[in-house]
Amino acid sequence: MVMKSADELKTATSLTSAKDITRVQELVYEMKVEQVMAHDVITVDPSLPMSELRALLRDKRISGVPVVKEDILEGVVSIEDFIRYLAEGQPNCSVSERMQRKVNTLFDNDSLVRAVEEFDRLGYGRFPVISRNSGKLVGIITKGDIIRGLLKKMEIDYHAEEIHRYRASHIFEDIIADKTTLIFQYKVFSRDFNRAGETSSGLKKTLRRMGISPQIIRRVAIATYEAEMNIVVFTEGGEITARVTPEEIRVEAVDDGPGIADIQKAMQPGYSTAQDWVRALGFGAGMGLTNIQKCSDEMHLVSRLGEGTKLEFIIHLNNVFINAAAHHN
Amino acid sequence: MKISEVIKILDCKVFTGEKDLDREVELGCGCDLMSDVLAFIKPGSILLTGLINPQVIRTVEIAEIFAVCFVRGKEPTEEIVNMAKDRDIILLSTTLPMFEACGRLYYVGMMGGYEVSR
Repeated sequence: MVMKSADELKTATSLTSAKDITRVQELVYEMKVEQVMAHDVITVDPSLPMSELRALLRDKRISGVPVVKEDILEGVVSIEDFIRYLAEGQPNCSVSERMQRKVNTLFDNDSLVRAVEEFDRLGYGRFPVISRNSGKLVGIITKGDIIRGLLKKMEIDYHAEEIHRYRASHIFEDIIADKTTLIFQYKVFSRDFNRAGETSSGLKKTLRRMGISPQIIRRVAIATYEAEMNIVVFTEGGEITARVTPEEIRVEAVDDGPGIADIQKAMQPGYSTAQDWVRALGFGAGMGLTNIQKCSDEMHLVSRLGEGTKLEFIIHLNNVFINAAAHHN
Repeated sequence: MKISEVIKILDCKVFTGEKDLDREVELGCGCDLMSDVLAFIKPGSILLTGLINPQVIRTVEIAEIFAVCFVRGKEPTEEIVNMAKDRDIILLSTTLPMFEACGRLYYVGMMGGYEVSR
């Protein structure tokens, strides 16, 4: 995708319907002026003589320069001001006497969409950027900076996505079988808080390497972490198994007891049998099973007192692997 | 908001992530219950918490949070600092209590996940 002008940018940013939001539109709302602006700004002191301005503009190949005293913007002096000064044949004076004092600026944390609007509304080539916190001049921004910033961001996102797709498409493509299931098994130890979380952390890394989408990974990781904490906190230890197919991720958390006395109660948000030492760790608020349910597409919980508990949850992949493979070819 | 600005506003001590202070945090979350953090926090938030143990680091790792500020002058142990370093998590500490720390960030315009999801 190539963008040639701010006009096209503007077309891209004028929202017609929420459904039609493109990546560029998302980015101009997300990204801030400070992310794309030039930080090193050439500035002059108000006391600089006009006679020295020409050499500066020529040497730096710029058409105007902000006039700054102690980091505060006082005005802008441009090549037009210089020509006017020459034409009037005035004696030498400081730039502060000839500069434009009323300057349109942008704030560092303005969104790019606001910057595009300002470029369009006022027709200027560049805007000085002021820090909203300190009021100081912190940068300068041109239309070119915006386009470069957007392209760079899109390129980074695109590459990250490509690598994911590449890996994801390969792992299932390279295996020749009618049905493929990858199984990852983890042991979970009772009351071992130094290791609690290792399973979900490990599973998360594994899924990321397989190129599964970040949103899916987040849901699997959160649900697995809650299941893992339940085993650590309440049971004598157990095992977590994740089964990954092109269609779904199925996670099973099994322990050897003591089992849940009242499943219906356990499922209620806020209900917990956790003791104070568990709460001191930031858990045991009775939100674990609710969280797991929220993160997954299906959840099954079976428990027998004195025997143990089996919790299974499923997250659909909607064939992301297959789609990715098709896209890749 | 940059982490460096958060540090200024809350007068923080920095334990890890000195290189990453230019990173942007979009949202704030003040919470001591790690289950609630897992359930509600949005990626890209900074977590303010009074809880200080390895589970905080595990939780933010899972929830994709890269910055944590301990409140009321609590300072992380070496073990917690090392865990955070391994995971590129920025650890800060402020002497402010939870309410004041959250309030200061909210006052300068940092939003919470609830407002954004609406």
